[in-house]
Amino acid sequence: MTAPASTLTETTGHDAPRRRRRTSGSALVRYGFIAPAALYLALFFGYPIVKNLVMSFQEYTSATFFSGVAPFVGLANYRAVLSDPIFLKALTNTGIFTVVSIAGQFVIGMVLALFFRRSFPLSGFLRSMLLLPWLLPMVVSAAIWRWILEQDSGILNQFLSAVGLISSPIPWLTSSDTALIAVVMVNIWLGIPFNVVLLYSGLQAIPEELYEAGEIDGATGWSAFRHITLPLLRPVVSVVLLLGVIYTIKVLDLILGLTGGGPANATQTIATRSYEMSFIEFDFGQGAALGNVLIVIALIFSVVYLRANARSAKKG
Amino acid sequence: MMSNHPSSSSPASPADPAVNGALRPSRRALGAFVAVPGLLSLAACGGSGGGSGSGEPSVLRVVDYYNTPADDVVIQKTLETVASDAGMTIKREKVPGEQLIQKVLQMSSSKTLPDLLMLDNPDLQEIASSGALVPLEDFGIDTSGFKKEILDAGTFEGKVYGLAPTVNTIALFYNTAMLADAGVEPPTTWDELTSAAKALTHDDVYGIAFSAIATYEGTWQFLPFMWSNGGDETDISTPEVAGAAQLWADLVSDGSASKGVVNWGQGDVIDQFKAGKAAMAVNGPWNIVGLQEDAPDLEWDVAIIPVPAEGDDSVAPLGGEVWTIPQTGDTEKQKKAAEVLQAFVSAENQLTMGTARNTIPADTEAAKTFASDHPELATFVEQVSTARSRTGKLGTEWPTTAKAIYTAFQQVLVDGADPETAFGDAADSLG
Repeated sequence: MTAPASTLTETTGHDAPRRRRRTSGSALVRYGFIAPAALYLALFFGYPIVKNLVMSFQEYTSATFFSGVAPFVGLANYRAVLSDPIFLKALTNTGIFTVVSIAGQFVIGMVLALFFRRSFPLSGFLRSMLLLPWLLPMVVSAAIWRWILEQDSGILNQFLSAVGLISSPIPWLTSSDTALIAVVMVNIWLGIPFNVVLLYSGLQAIPEELYEAGEIDGATGWSAFRHITLPLLRPVVSVVLLLGVIYTIKVLDLILGLTGGGPANATQTIATRSYEMSFIEFDFGQGAALGNVLIVIALIFSVVYLRANARSAKKG
Repeated sequence: MMSNHPSSSSPASPADPAVNGALRPSRRALGAFVAVPGLLSLAACGGSGGGSGSGEPSVLRVVDYYNTPADDVVIQKTLETVASDAGMTIKREKVPGEQLIQKVLQMSSSKTLPDLLMLDNPDLQEIASSGALVPLEDFGIDTSGFKKEILDAGTFEGKVYGLAPTVNTIALFYNTAMLADAGVEPPTTWDELTSAAKALTHDDVYGIAFSAIATYEGTWQFLPFMWSNGGDETDISTPEVAGAAQLWADLVSDGSASKGVVNWGQGDVIDQFKAGKAAMAVNGPWNIVGLQEDAPDLEWDVAIIPVPAEGDDSVAPLGGEVWTIPQTGDTEKQKKAAEVLQAFVSAENQLTMGTARNTIPADTEAAKTFASDHPELATFVEQVSTARSRTGKLGTEWPTTAKAIYTAFQQVLVDGADPETAFGDAADSLG
């Protein structure tokens, strides 16, 4: 670790004057290296975001695709989107869906990661089996879960009533009281592999000596987790949670596959509603406006989260 | 790209001045080498969107969504035959059904629309209104022989833009053995329907299955009940529209239909019927092939969708795909496409495709021949004869109304909302 670092300092020290002398040439070269990545970003990330922003201020219908004509309508799309009777419901659902999904995925993922930290027979095999939900295409997962959650003949209800937990079948996907719970449940299942893999690799990086030292000081079990594992795992936890929120807040295919936003809008989120506005009602301007609302929510969340994280990192 | 460059393949220590000096010019070259192709490929991207249809003069590009073997084979064969008669060949692209509209919008913005385009009929007006299609009369296509209702499904602002060689609709499938066991006749009125469904319900068998899902599919299944009850899509706040929702709600609250209907597509409905878990099912002829293959021992028949009272007309929605000629700007190609389309929808081809796909020929005379050749589909022929198109009255307003309808009946079935209130609110939301 130390030897290469010192060579590096030496090297840069050695190199610095020469580089300064030939600034214009080497700067060009440097930009040349950055250019492909910058172009790629501008083209595939910048353009869609800008385009979506512009679209949200336009009357953008299916005719626009052919004629290219999209008159600017100011804030009309945003007004329409925010006064949409389903907006508040979709916003609440998005909040519940995101928070509960992340909490569930994270807690279960953490427990499993800690569990797999011990070595036991077949642990490698079981760990790879855990990745299965990740490997299945989302459409397939959604279709399978629709069968599992089917009210009359679904395996989940059959199981629950066989073990005597329920007396009448639960209308998982067909009641507005349970549909959101069911969708969150499936999303937690989907997110567990991601959480386990990242947290497990984070745990691997914590040196065993720390636990041995902790043990001498009397920190075992929960207090070892609290005072050794958690603080050292914080960077990984941040990444897991932040990516989790970004992935979850925009989940579309899973909800479309399970309930299509129904029944009676019970599982409608901002993402599904935005999809509906664009591709069912053919109002792409409003769809874009709602999509931007979602982006803003995600951005606010990211900024708040990163700030909080930076502060706690400084403190810790 | 970078690793192909000879000088970057050998790792050189930057601390060694000799090596570093030797490297420097080629590094600069490398920078240019990397940047220039990037720009070139960008320029190429911008330039490639200009073409339309197919570049070759004798090839017609076709886009449709016929993916199941039953549809795919006969469509391909018929298209190839009519095209070769016109001295053309076809290049066909099959798109998954739910992605077709996105694909069409993409193609219309990149000016890569095909020479012949298939659309699901309720989408026709939306696409025609965008200007992406040409009126078929511009190319002198003869539409006589097509029934007005069927032409309506391909008409936008008084002009025909799309022709359906064959059409379909929905009717009531029933399990003959179960009906016989229960001593029930196929229902013809709503009263008979509710009592039959109740009588047929026992253990894990429901009397009836239908699709009340929150998509256009649900609305499509709701329409025959709504229309037969005198309801109309131009005003969904009427008691007639609410009455149809009440019928569905009664069937579900009786336990004659599963609460699962609110999340069942038509494929799920026919699966329930196949599995013997539903004695009756509202469904269409496109599922007959699957039904025969998956459940060869099941005895079933088809009846007209029951009407509110004896003597009422059973009005079902007209389904099926229309074929259109997109606005590609290549008049010669369009003429050829029109010639091919005219031949494609001939009565003879209608019969061939109808037979292979269990769909009903659009031509009135051909439909009669078809009914006598295929007695098992006679009910559908009859149901089609009174069917009408979904977009005939509302045009491009249809999608939002269709959505308002499924939202309202879902509230009735899921949240137990009062039908009149739910449909009143839905009508208000349409403004």
